[in-house]
Amino acid sequence: MKELLTLSLAEISQKLHQREISAVELAEATLTHISAVEPQVQAFLTPTPELALEMAQQAQARLDAGERTPLLGVPVALKDNLCTAGVRTTCASRILHNFVPPYDATVVKQLREAGAVFVGKLNMDEFAMGSSTEFSAFHVTRNPWDLERVPGGSSGGSAAAVAAHMAYATLGSDTGGSIRQPAAFCGTVGLKPTYGRVSRYGLVAYASSLDQIGPLTKTVEDCAIVLNAIVGKDPHDATSVELPAPDFRDALIDDIKGIRLGVPKEFFAQGVQPEVAETVQKAIGLLESVGAEVQEVSLPMAEQSLAIYYILAPAECSSNLARYDGVRYGLRVGAEKGHIGMMEATRATGFGKEVIQRIIIGTYALSSGYYDAFYLKAQKGRTLLRQQFDSVFQQVDALVCPTTPTPAFKIGELVDDPLAMKLADVLTIPVNLAGLPGLSVPCGFVDGLPVGLQIIGKPFDEMTVLRVGYTWEQIACLQDELRTPRGLGGLG
Amino acid sequence: MALTLEQMRHTAKLARLELSDEQLTDLMHAINALMAHFERLQALPLDEVEPTSHSFPVYNAFREDVVGATLPREAALANAPEARDGLFIVPRIVEE
Repeated sequence: MKELLTLSLAEISQKLHQREISAVELAEATLTHISAVEPQVQAFLTPTPELALEMAQQAQARLDAGERTPLLGVPVALKDNLCTAGVRTTCASRILHNFVPPYDATVVKQLREAGAVFVGKLNMDEFAMGSSTEFSAFHVTRNPWDLERVPGGSSGGSAAAVAAHMAYATLGSDTGGSIRQPAAFCGTVGLKPTYGRVSRYGLVAYASSLDQIGPLTKTVEDCAIVLNAIVGKDPHDATSVELPAPDFRDALIDDIKGIRLGVPKEFFAQGVQPEVAETVQKAIGLLESVGAEVQEVSLPMAEQSLAIYYILAPAECSSNLARYDGVRYGLRVGAEKGHIGMMEATRATGFGKEVIQRIIIGTYALSSGYYDAFYLKAQKGRTLLRQQFDSVFQQVDALVCPTTPTPAFKIGELVDDPLAMKLADVLTIPVNLAGLPGLSVPCGFVDGLPVGLQIIGKPFDEMTVLRVGYTWEQIACLQDELRTPRGLGGLG
Repeated sequence: MALTLEQMRHTAKLARLELSDEQLTDLMHAINALMAHFERLQALPLDEVEPTSHSFPVYNAFREDVVGATLPREAALANAPEARDGLFIVPRIVEE
């Protein structure tokens, strides 16, 4: 049974279609595996075994009726900032510790309709603010490749669960790298689609001009399958875009002859560990050897991205998180202090230190007298960055670079250093600021830890991004090695 | 530019956060370390640049003004810290 768990989503789907295993048997096997591995990894905040079995039965009924769709009966899991009707959604925050949404996020509804089986809600940095999942109010998640190390963040639970085979795919959210960075740290595939490609309705908002939902999977093919299920215009999210939805599996072409790949030189500076740069350069060399046209390009504004992001994202967060006031849902503290006192006590008790820090920065950056110096400047900087991406994309079809400057760091190593932790996102943040699609695929190992290759595309050109990623995957032949994360001694 | 404790107190009040001076001092050090990093933005030639609020132009999204499904009152109140008679209960706001 264990070998079934390490299969890709596409492979297990075939087994379900061919009746080699039933959806209920698969759900049971996955739940048993979760019970065995979860004490070490701690990827989940709320496992949902009963729901999983119920959904598996429904999926099996559809399979029995002859339906053959790729997600039908497949165990998946969701980051805990995606609203799930009737299932606790905490955002890894004390302020939402008891919140049970009355409705599904659009992506959750789409996965339900596709027949996926939900095995649980996954740990994350509180309100998706962080790069290690250490800012969860509940517990730390461990990297399946080395249990002393972080899985990355903020979608750390989403990446760890896929790497440890506790789900065939998960959803995460990415505001400054929160899908791609943990994907790189845990040796999984992770895609942040173009801003507007996937509806955010029911995603607990952090920074609305940057947030995007996307899949974490074992392979690029699986990524295309999940993306197919979650894209589309949604009347509930005015920023979602009406576009013809291609079948993203059409991008799975093992051929990139003539594709022009840009290597942005700034993404190899900025504290990138030489061994990481080397691993990624080697991958780029291999892509060139199979026909990609590689050229160096420059995006000088990328070096300003962290500064721009840490004004814009906190500013938006300070506004978005104003809704947690102890009145309609979540924690309430200090009702005896009057209505203002209650809000102040509720928020100070319910939010963790990192969230409070960002609310304060954002409130300050938006406050009277400072708006022009910070917020407006950051928005203008964002324009310059976007223009530089536009101009680079006149010359190339996609960009290739490392996803993160280093492999996964140790638990506790950076947690007290306000800037060092944020540098983990320095190569992913520019992509959010410009709204572009970005994919991380495993491209090798440094000291036994996975390293991610980041592929950045033109707006709404996920097809090229997936094609480059798929081609890389075929040349890299890392699948067998990626199947058995070392921290778990095989499969645990 | 660095924040002072006085500015921290004021900002925390604006953000409705009840924090002690000790907590604020702690936060102030962390925030000022980050602010030093933001300084680099001040040096950019940005006067002639238009600000970008979204990475793609998002215009008003209109829809027909029609009645749709809404949450039943019970569902809307189900997460309330305190509810009675179909209403959210909050501390007294208007003095007697």
